[in-house]
Amino acid sequence: MKKKIILKVNGKEHEVNVDPATPLLYVLRNNLGLKGPKFGCGLSQCGACMVLYDGKANPSCLKAVENATDMEITTLEGLADDNGNLHKVQQAFVEEQAAQCGYCLNGLVMASVGLLQENSNPSDEEIQAALYRNICRCGVHPRVIRAVKKASTS
Amino acid sequence: MATDYIGKPKNRVDGRDKVAGKAKYAAEFHEPGLLHGVVVSSAIAKGRIKVIDASKALELDGVVEVFTHENTPSLAWMDLSYKDMDAPPGDPFRPLHSDKIQFNMQPVALVVAETLELAKYASHLIDIGYDVDGHNTKLVDSLDQSEKGKGLRAGFENPTSVGDFEDAFEKAEVKIDLEYFHGAEHHNPMEMHASTVIYGEDGNLTIYDKTQGVLNSRHYVSMVFGISKKKIRVLSPYVGGAFGSALRPQYQLFMATLAATQLKKSVKVELTRPQMFSFGHRPITIQNLKIGASADGTLKAIHHSAFSETSQFEKYIENVVNWSAKLYKCENVEEKYRVVPLDMYTPLDMRAPGGATGVYALESAMDELAYKLKMDPLELRLKNYTEEDKSKGKPFSSKTLRECYQQGAEKFGWEKRNPEPGSMKEGHQLVGWGMATGIWDALQMPARAKAILTADGKLEVSSATADIGTGTYTIMAQIAAETLGLPFEDVTAKLGDSSLPFALIEGGSATAASVGSAVKSVCLKVAKKLLKEAGKIKNSPFKDAKIEDVLFADGKISSRKDASIYIEISEVMKKRQLDEIKKKYALIPNMLKQSRYGRNTHSAVFAEVKVDEDLGTVKVTKIVSAIDGGKILNHKTAHSQILGGVVWGISMALEEDSFMDHNFGRFINHDLAEYHIAVNADMPDIDIIFVEEEDHIVSSVGAKGIGEIGLVGVAAAIANAVYHATGRRVRELPITLDKAMGLNTAEAEQI
Repeated sequence: MKKKIILKVNGKEHEVNVDPATPLLYVLRNNLGLKGPKFGCGLSQCGACMVLYDGKANPSCLKAVENATDMEITTLEGLADDNGNLHKVQQAFVEEQAAQCGYCLNGLVMASVGLLQENSNPSDEEIQAALYRNICRCGVHPRVIRAVKKASTS
Repeated sequence: MATDYIGKPKNRVDGRDKVAGKAKYAAEFHEPGLLHGVVVSSAIAKGRIKVIDASKALELDGVVEVFTHENTPSLAWMDLSYKDMDAPPGDPFRPLHSDKIQFNMQPVALVVAETLELAKYASHLIDIGYDVDGHNTKLVDSLDQSEKGKGLRAGFENPTSVGDFEDAFEKAEVKIDLEYFHGAEHHNPMEMHASTVIYGEDGNLTIYDKTQGVLNSRHYVSMVFGISKKKIRVLSPYVGGAFGSALRPQYQLFMATLAATQLKKSVKVELTRPQMFSFGHRPITIQNLKIGASADGTLKAIHHSAFSETSQFEKYIENVVNWSAKLYKCENVEEKYRVVPLDMYTPLDMRAPGGATGVYALESAMDELAYKLKMDPLELRLKNYTEEDKSKGKPFSSKTLRECYQQGAEKFGWEKRNPEPGSMKEGHQLVGWGMATGIWDALQMPARAKAILTADGKLEVSSATADIGTGTYTIMAQIAAETLGLPFEDVTAKLGDSSLPFALIEGGSATAASVGSAVKSVCLKVAKKLLKEAGKIKNSPFKDAKIEDVLFADGKISSRKDASIYIEISEVMKKRQLDEIKKKYALIPNMLKQSRYGRNTHSAVFAEVKVDEDLGTVKVTKIVSAIDGGKILNHKTAHSQILGGVVWGISMALEEDSFMDHNFGRFINHDLAEYHIAVNADMPDIDIIFVEEEDHIVSSVGAKGIGEIGLVGVAAAIANAVYHATGRRVRELPITLDKAMGLNTAEAEQI
């Protein structure tokens, strides 16, 4: 049964009319047109769909939209500033060539942003640990670690 | 020159769009009224569909249609029409063609509905009854049903033999005779296969497809559905990884096109993650290596044979056993390759198909031989180093493998290695150092390119090739900008669009050498035209000037003799009142020249592992990979290609295993939690060295292609390191902890 739900996404309130059990990822992508978060498995196994919930990175593919109403949600689209300048993590990912095919990047970027909000100067091990839920198939992992390091010092 | 870009570590041009979520993949294109299709997969591996009843699904409001073999119109009646550019010999699978089930998870129905959720729900309401036949999916039990692995296929070389193996092996002083095995693997790009077919009012189709070749997809749709190519446009601007999985048009393309053309509506079909295990895998091989050498380590005889899997309808063949005569100086080499038809989908090219698995066995065997000879494994390779491809008796177009061995060994610190297994312990960790060689083909394929220089000095270069994350956009722009001496920012590269000039599928590591060279040549044509126009300007210093007399750099044409004589490119366009210069170029590889050479890339891989002596866990702690890949066009994107290959090698050595439940004939670990791949926590220090040598026989840009060589050899280096750490030889990948501990099957089942 559809229901009116109000979500706070990227600093704005959005009203959607959906089944409250709909995964948040579906609502973000299909109702709000935010294609940054990606569908990679639908089982919280790959991390491609991560968003920030009050600053903490977690998958959105298994989260019912009704359970995401009382928090600030930030997606990849919400990271750049109003002038379109990339977030320092995004910029570092470009410079360190941490992007290959780009499909898992949303999750890696969001998890890295989430990490740096908690720990502004993480070690390599802490970065690896923080990215434990993110699968990348292009094998770009070492460059991701370098990118997060770079962002942490910029 | 400020406009020298080739070889520079430029940031990828698509980087910004990718980190900002603006790069759109096949399933992300939308239009009002778009319908969603969900594929129903068969529950059995072999038999017939007795009954298929979609009535419950069709009763639902919003379910538009259910396609099965019963209501799918008879399409192209010839098998040949389903052949694509990458098809192996045989009769391609024809989705929804009949009631016959040929493999488990075969697509048997497509549910089309107004929303994805509804289509998904309805897909569970299809009742299917089967007549089940006995199936066989087990290679190891079916070797007596094998047939010769021969046939015509792009990139495939029929196994050949040189000299007299039997006699030389018989006489050899030191011999080994060993078997190697590895599990099946699935590509699992992060993006699932998807096709969005936009149905135009006039019946024209615009198809966003996940593919490594837009022209291959267009060809397939045109042939199967009998639609003129002019009415089909296939687009694939971004591909979320592929690794070979998108070389062939997969069944989602058939399904989405079928629904769109039948319903005259736009339709999207995206496969699920489990369905990503339903259309082709890296086939299991059982390999035998017999190597004979003299006591000083000189190779006298090599026999490399393999049994591998194929389907009942196509004969999948790849180069598994073809490497030893290219890699070593040995006069007597015997290669044998057989495939066994099984009740499964046809295996599919997966990054370095054949090479990744064949070289694993060869290079493991070389390590075993080195131990038997009491010789350093690196020394054994150097002793048998070859300056010619022994399988063809031809010199190499270029080869820096010797330097790769030397630089790799030095970086790794190989000379500090104590050869005694188990001798390098750190607490409870057994430390092992191993090495191996990699080899892959350096191919060039036909390719066309177009260049348009406009009055504002901007250049667009294009070709219907693909960028599956490899960096094709970026190197195309670098080559074009340097050739015409334009600022990098003024150059745009276009690809992934079937309306662009011809290119083959992005496979075989051939794109840089093929499309890259075509881009260079088309830009040279523009340069010549520009020079001609410059010569027509009044009092021009370039009147009658030849292209070799001038330099294109920093936005100018200048004299090579006197740099003070120059003209701005934009000024030429302006003074000659040119709106644009448009040129096309068709690259046809010079086979006459190329066929006189062996053309290969190489690698020297050094690995350190730490094996927990109590738990058997294997951790790769260091990899050095030195690459002979010709000229490196972009040190950032190239480094990432090799890095990805190394990570794949770690994954192949220790983790990846698509597990077939032979009772059902189905891969059962079909999700990303059960199908293990290397993750962040598995990453060691990875050092990559490029030992460059421009190869102008393979390509005019000097590149040899590096998409696959990074993977080849890595698994063997790791397996050899595990032996050095533990003294236990594991001849079966992946090396899981039970195998590293040497447990037998019964013991392994306890853990």
